[in-house]
Amino acid sequence: MQNNDKLILGGHEFTSRFILGSGKFSLDLVKACVEKAEAQIITLAVRRANEGGLANILDYIPDTVTLLPNTSGARNAEEAVRIAKLSRELGCGNFVKVEIMRDSKYLLPDNQETIRATEMLAKDGFIVMPYMYPDLNVARDLENAGAACIMPLGAPIGSNKGLCTKEFIQILIDEMNLPIIVDAGIGRPSQACEAMEMGAAAIMANTAVATAGNVELMAEAFKKAIEAGRSAYLAGLGRTLERGASASSPLTGFLQD
Amino acid sequence: MITINGKTLTLSAPKTLGAYLDENNYRRTYIAVEKNGEILPKSEYDTTYLNDGDKIEIVSFVGGG
Repeated sequence: MQNNDKLILGGHEFTSRFILGSGKFSLDLVKACVEKAEAQIITLAVRRANEGGLANILDYIPDTVTLLPNTSGARNAEEAVRIAKLSRELGCGNFVKVEIMRDSKYLLPDNQETIRATEMLAKDGFIVMPYMYPDLNVARDLENAGAACIMPLGAPIGSNKGLCTKEFIQILIDEMNLPIIVDAGIGRPSQACEAMEMGAAAIMANTAVATAGNVELMAEAFKKAIEAGRSAYLAGLGRTLERGASASSPLTGFLQD
Repeated sequence: MITINGKTLTLSAPKTLGAYLDENNYRRTYIAVEKNGEILPKSEYDTTYLNDGDKIEIVSFVGGG
């Protein structure tokens, strides 16, 4: 991978294009997965704290990793802003992944509330990474609101169904200047690779790794797939023939004459 | 009556938030506190008394996607 190929978010540079979620893991596996994934950004959630000095997930994440708190649990822009401010008070930077849901069955993001929250948080100095349903008009509104990137869903959260919204993500990649980071639904390394071949700037995955048979090995598999897809995108894919074939070997010098 | 993370308690003597946190073994480096809807800076934990009617939220990071 070229060293000068950087993912830039809010002025911060990253060489990894794999954003790893930390949900559904046992704490002792988090550290191993971060290392195998070589992830530089890890998402977290904010919840009521436990009494009794129990282990905290921050004990298991290397200091060099950028923390990306999400606003899960927020049902509107105001709740998302509240959670974001609490996460900033936790002292781990000013990145925030805005996710706002009113629907508990499909966990689909509320695009309009997400635009409102993005505007409020960007004005307050946050680096805002909004999770959204892929819609070009909404993506443009998010850019105008101050988003640092756009995070369209591939499929419902945790479904591992892959790139169900592929055509609409491609439109965002083709039309937007902001990094497009596919978030939610990616279930297999091959799907992550496909999104990267399409020109996605990065992949966010959690459930696909956390529910794998061997989570460390799957973290590594995703890392490799994302790197392969990025290289393929930078290389430019070979052309497709609509009909017929084109020999790869020379058509002269056959032995039968 | 004071509400902390959704649970109610009644104090028999005045107590600071800092004392409450220590008694319940909260690790201060890993928490943020909201008092009546406003974030309470860490520097004010030991000078802020819990008052009747206060609603306190104590949060920390957990795994999430």
